[in-house]
Amino acid sequence: MSPRVCSSLTMGAQFIHPDVSESTSSTLSTRGGWLHRFAAFTAACTWILIWAGGLVTSTESGLAVPDWPLSYGMLMPPMVGGILYEHGHRMVATFVGLLTTILAVWLWRSESRLWMRRLGAAALAMVITQGVLGGITVIFLLPTPVSVAHATLAQSFFCLVVLLAFATSGEWETAIGRSDRARPPLRVVAAIATAAVYLQLILGATVRHTGAALAIPDFPLAFGGLIPPLDSAAVSIHFAHRLFALAVAGSLAWLVVCIWQRHRDDPRFVRPAIAICCLVVLQILLGGTIVWTARAVFPATAHVATGALLLASSWLVTLRASIHLTPSAGTEMCSVALVET
Amino acid sequence: MINRFLAVLYTLAFAVLMGCGGGGETGGGGEGASSSAPAATTQPAPPPVDPATAATLTGTARLEGTASAQQAIQMGADPVCAKLHASPVTTEFVVAGENGALANVFVYVKDGLGGRKFPAPSEVVLLDQQGCTYHPHVFGIMVGQELEILNSDDTLHNIHAMPTKNQQFNIGQPIKGLSTKRTFDAPEVMVPFKCDVHKWMNSYAGVLDHPYFGVTGDTGSFQIGNLPPGDYVVEAWHETLGAQTQNVTVGERETKELSFTFTASQ
Repeated sequence: MSPRVCSSLTMGAQFIHPDVSESTSSTLSTRGGWLHRFAAFTAACTWILIWAGGLVTSTESGLAVPDWPLSYGMLMPPMVGGILYEHGHRMVATFVGLLTTILAVWLWRSESRLWMRRLGAAALAMVITQGVLGGITVIFLLPTPVSVAHATLAQSFFCLVVLLAFATSGEWETAIGRSDRARPPLRVVAAIATAAVYLQLILGATVRHTGAALAIPDFPLAFGGLIPPLDSAAVSIHFAHRLFALAVAGSLAWLVVCIWQRHRDDPRFVRPAIAICCLVVLQILLGGTIVWTARAVFPATAHVATGALLLASSWLVTLRASIHLTPSAGTEMCSVALVET
Repeated sequence: MINRFLAVLYTLAFAVLMGCGGGGETGGGGEGASSSAPAATTQPAPPPVDPATAATLTGTARLEGTASAQQAIQMGADPVCAKLHASPVTTEFVVAGENGALANVFVYVKDGLGGRKFPAPSEVVLLDQQGCTYHPHVFGIMVGQELEILNSDDTLHNIHAMPTKNQQFNIGQPIKGLSTKRTFDAPEVMVPFKCDVHKWMNSYAGVLDHPYFGVTGDTGSFQIGNLPPGDYVVEAWHETLGAQTQNVTVGERETKELSFTFTASQ
């Protein structure tokens, strides 16, 4: 009765297939209902929480409240100056924590799929751990590894809540099991893109939390050239982020091309592909704007939030490809060259 | 499975914490030990300062060129701060008076005192948060000397000291009249202070293991007295204009005048 989970060792990603046989008819009827709506609402709030967390870093308000879990010994300090951002972030985080608790309990009580119940519990554990990491960053004055871990766990938690929202949707039950003869299969291409975006978000968090956002003061060039003098850690980290952005853009372009070539008739793939195209352009522009505006608050924060949306989009394609497409024998390559021919 | 996952997460977090905390403490202690040990073993203790033969350094700091206009600080983020001032408060990055007299320059003896030891004075240095600005903006303090940080405002402040050789701290003072005392363990020029609630608030402390320092006021002048005769390197530090040094030799009861000229950045 356990879900069929096959793992790809090469990608380190897990592809979860729906297993209708394990579901009871009562569970089937609840999918796509209020539980799904609640999970989707939790995912939306998590994205807002990522905005709020980004604002804390962008406004350098991380230490405006020096104590934790209380704020200046209070539950509700005056929301002035940097406290507005730091305590505001804590308030949104508390709300998301509450939503996650409800979601975990709801899943535990109503879900027939054991792995879903476990994922709900994992989400709760993650949100608690995230809160503790946030507290540690405050108490230990923003140690870079902990701050980066806090930012990374936020994105991981977002992915998990997106998965919970997707797996509780009606779409999960209507898996079409279409043959995917492409090599590599779309699910693998999507997983590669998702992993690339995730790694890029870790690099981006490192840039933010090491103060390297303006280490290279021009864009798109770097100190007027293609390769900057890598004479400091800050420049190296910043340049690694820019360089890896090319790899991320390439992997996402590969994903979009694959969708366009083989699944252009399926809006479930086309829609996120269009979103990915728009988000990539927006993300690159935001990255440049951060440099051009000397790290203005809005573009710096929007860059984080857009990165999260890119991650969620490619993750959604990975999930959809995993449940709707069945890899089958074939040799059709999915590449830019094919588009040109 | 979840228990294992949690256990791994917490173990990792604990390991990271231990790594951060341990590294900081070891670094600070190691430096302190290494700086004092050679003096004790290789150099005889120099004679104590004789006030009868002590020399004096006086001088001025000037700004060459035109200082950029001071910016009015927008205090709207905290209505309490905004109400405290009838007219806008300006930034203190470059405060130049008549004839380019440059304020807030920290002048100190950087080298030349040998292994002399100076006890920390019992006098407490006050850093006052008043009108949502720090008073003074630049100051000197000795290792081991008490620093009292006072909140004179009817709003919340946090005091975030960001030294690299001393221990960082971040203290909240939510109530008017609250004061906190801290000391520094190692010389460090300069230790920045900021308030993360009110972005415009910043201050700098020069922490030294001797009393030979001064800060220029509105006239740009400074005076360092009771200095034993000898050869010295004197440094003048400014928060945006950088630092410059001069070599000076002073004889018994001599008063020497120094002049530091900073160039306004374009």
